Amino acid sequence: MSMGYRDDGPDLRLGHKLLSLNWGLVLLIAITASVGFAMLYSAAGGDVQPWAIRQIIRFGGGAFLMLVIALIDIRFWMRWAYLIYVVALVLLLAVEFVGTTGMGATRWISLGFFNLQPSEVMKIALVLALARYFHGLSLEDTGRITYLLPPLALIGMPTLLVLKQPDLGTALLLAAGGSIVLFLAGVRLWKFALALGAALAAMPIAWSQLHEYQKGRIMTFLNPESDPLGAGYHIMQSKIALGSGGISGKGFLEGTQSHLNFLPEMRTDFIFTMLAEEFGMIGGLALMGLYILILIYAYAIGFRSRHQFGRLVAVGIATTFFLYIFINVGMVTGILPVVGVPLPLISYGGTAMLTLLIGFGLILSVSIHRDVEIPRSRG
Amino acid sequence: MRGRVEKARYPVFTRRALMLGGLKAALFAALGARMYYLQVIEGDQYRMLADENRINLALLAPPRGRILDRRGVPVATNRQNFRVLIVPEQTTSVEETLDRLHRIVPVSDQTRARVLRDVRRKRRFVPISVVDNLTWEEFARINVRSPDLPGIQLDVGQTRDYPLGVYLGHTVGYVGPVSEKDLKEGDGDPLLELPGFRTGRRGLERSFEGTLRGVAGNQRVEVNAFGRVIRELSRTEGRPGSDIQLTIDARLQRIATQALRPESGGAVVMDIHNGDVLAMASTPGFDPNAFNVGIGNSEWQRLLRNSRKPLTDKTIAGRYPPGSTFKMAVALAAMEANVAGAAHRVFCNGKHVLGNHTFHCWKRWGHGWMDLNDALAQSCDVYFYDIARRVGVEKIAVMAERLGLGQTLLPELPGESAGLVPNPAWKEGAIGEAWQGGETLILGIGQGYLLATPLQLATMAARLANGERAVSPRLVFRDGPDVEAPPLGLSQDALRHVRQGMDDVVNGKRGTARAHRITREGWEMAGKTGTSQVRRITRAERESGVLKNEDIEWRSRDHALFVAFAPVDKPRYALSVVVEHGGSGSAAAAPVARAIMEATLELDPATNRKERVASNPEREG
Repeated sequence: MSMGYRDDGPDLRLGHKLLSLNWGLVLLIAITASVGFAMLYSAAGGDVQPWAIRQIIRFGGGAFLMLVIALIDIRFWMRWAYLIYVVALVLLLAVEFVGTTGMGATRWISLGFFNLQPSEVMKIALVLALARYFHGLSLEDTGRITYLLPPLALIGMPTLLVLKQPDLGTALLLAAGGSIVLFLAGVRLWKFALALGAALAAMPIAWSQLHEYQKGRIMTFLNPESDPLGAGYHIMQSKIALGSGGISGKGFLEGTQSHLNFLPEMRTDFIFTMLAEEFGMIGGLALMGLYILILIYAYAIGFRSRHQFGRLVAVGIATTFFLYIFINVGMVTGILPVVGVPLPLISYGGTAMLTLLIGFGLILSVSIHRDVEIPRSRG
Repeated sequence: MRGRVEKARYPVFTRRALMLGGLKAALFAALGARMYYLQVIEGDQYRMLADENRINLALLAPPRGRILDRRGVPVATNRQNFRVLIVPEQTTSVEETLDRLHRIVPVSDQTRARVLRDVRRKRRFVPISVVDNLTWEEFARINVRSPDLPGIQLDVGQTRDYPLGVYLGHTVGYVGPVSEKDLKEGDGDPLLELPGFRTGRRGLERSFEGTLRGVAGNQRVEVNAFGRVIRELSRTEGRPGSDIQLTIDARLQRIATQALRPESGGAVVMDIHNGDVLAMASTPGFDPNAFNVGIGNSEWQRLLRNSRKPLTDKTIAGRYPPGSTFKMAVALAAMEANVAGAAHRVFCNGKHVLGNHTFHCWKRWGHGWMDLNDALAQSCDVYFYDIARRVGVEKIAVMAERLGLGQTLLPELPGESAGLVPNPAWKEGAIGEAWQGGETLILGIGQGYLLATPLQLATMAARLANGERAVSPRLVFRDGPDVEAPPLGLSQDALRHVRQGMDDVVNGKRGTARAHRITREGWEMAGKTGTSQVRRITRAERESGVLKNEDIEWRSRDHALFVAFAPVDKPRYALSVVVEHGGSGSAAAAPVARAIMEATLELDPATNRKERVASNPEREG
């Protein structure tokens, strides 16, 4: 690339880069996204309009962006990591003032053609910033409390801002995603135990700060049958639809509960339920198999990376991806509260798709630039 | 330095990444286990819940059985109800559509308010009834303009129709919405819970509810989460209600009602051989169709308050002292007891003294010497005071009951009164006083405690005319062979005397109803007039001259009664007529009776054989 970088590693020209791109991971992502297209086609009663076609277009755009990001030198991303983080933080702050309010929460900035959700951007930016920070830190420094304060601030600021929106699910995802990078970087386990203890101690205070609907969701999660027509309705109907799918499902386009609208939000948060209703446990497990393969690819890329930044980015983003999956599937199967996290690559929606594809672009970039040498402290 | 740092960091990263990977694998395993639990272990239960979610059982109301007259003419049937419904989701403005509809058929403000209220309450795809019972012409007009009426849906429902209207309202009754009470005590029929379902509320519609209703069909439909029907899954047709056929002749029913009008009263025509009730008219009446469409409260109050009681079926629930029409029973009791035969003579000087009471004859100066035939023909009260005193209350009461009084006769009709045949035991029980000798005399002229319904009086006339059998009225044809009525067990000689007396009432030179005899040969009618007092005539009034009926208020005037059978030589029909507060039986009731009897004989299949062959009018099957 002719961007004027000091070339510390092997010369990577565009042709080479394309060749060394991890096409296996790209293919897995495309297959997974196609499962999503099929489900959206089914949700529309067997029609690409109005959802499947738009999701395909979004995926096309997002995949192109992913490839562009993948081809850009990893050192570029490392250099700009803090700036990206700052921009994301400013956008989060901006939500406070110019954000669009929907369903009792202010989460979006309307850009006219596109509703930007800064908290999504922050999920990637946080991992990047933390990866850069720990890349420049020796293991000894990592063990020092003082060196732990900047990353805690990096995590804490966006988390609090997102909590204020309020978006409990995303805040938890940010806190968890950030902590994972700290964990991977080698922060002592007892410190996590301490933080967890502090968090538990703070829970009564946090509870009092929660909005009614957030409390309601948690209470509903604890006992969904208590209110089958109110807050528990989503979970009950989701379990009924999913459970009635049985082992092999009711068949493509044959899901009665989803097609008769008993299933809420079937295009977005509850799309996994629809899949499990139509394709049964076999279909659900197959999708999870795809996800596991993607995770294995991301892990392999992380292990193969010769630089700490790449390792932390690959496994950090992969873990954020995993958290999406686990929280979403856990939610629709009734083992986690309803927190409004989409199923990655499948759920209908632009921002989440874009965030994920940008994330995978970075993982792919790590893959291409795995052998690039990056000094600890940048000169 | 870079190498050293890397050497230290890489294993830590690897170890921790693998730990994290292991945790992720465990969490995936947890998700897999959860899916196995929901989809395999609990799968059947969720499948059941899913079906409960989506499958609705809808009841299909069976068509109600019809009620037919003896010739098969429907007197209660189902007709198409042309309705206009509105589906809110199919129009941008319900109000606008209602405005446009109003230009075609009137939509009252009340209706408008109700529709708008329902629109707010119900889901937007649920059709809401706007107006119903439209004429075909109105319906067609709306149909033509339907492109300009977004959201308007036309519908043809079923509603009950009573072609005879007011002429048979009491007997047929009407249907109405299921009440809370019915639901609670209900027979468990799910139809009762069907919105808009109607059950018999009065008359035969009520008593034959079980026969007429039929059995519900059902329909399994798939609905979505909002309750909208997506498709029909299966359908089981119900069984329509069975028709019932009456012994009533709709034509005669109409004539009898018209003959009674405008007076208030009742008339019953019976076949003396099989008891068929050919007509049972009660005036004034009500139109059951009004109840079916939905009667307003003011209209209902008007019916309730009317002093002539249009809601009461006077043929079965009207209780009247039979007056002189009871004299045949007294005569039969006396002859059977051998205390006074047909040749028994009594001198009537206008009064009969018992103890310190004086009992008057209607003819102030008396009839002179009377035998039974004279006493019946001229309705001499003194003669019957005499024989009543001789035979005694007990035997008279027994005879009254043998002739059909003091009992219900048509169990299939709700609201029938048993009337009252008094005897000393009854008085002891009901009033707590001993029977007075004078009360036997009063009973002898059909007054006092004695009460009878027009149906009972017609039955009495039918039994007298039949002579052999104690026929009972029959209103509804039933399957199976006719059951022969029990024997009457009266002396034919005594009956002959009584019938001769009734013949002379109408056809005799001095008969009280001579003015209203039927002159057509072979149709001659025998009968008995009755004028029953409603008020007590004081001694002072009697001395100054009993007031004429025309001079006193309606509710105090005498009831006019007439019982009859015809033709005299070979009787086929019996009838009774009661004109409430109509004055004297001969003046008010006899002409009505003659008109009805003439019509009965006119319509008799035996009178016009050609018609009988042509239309084979009797019931089928």
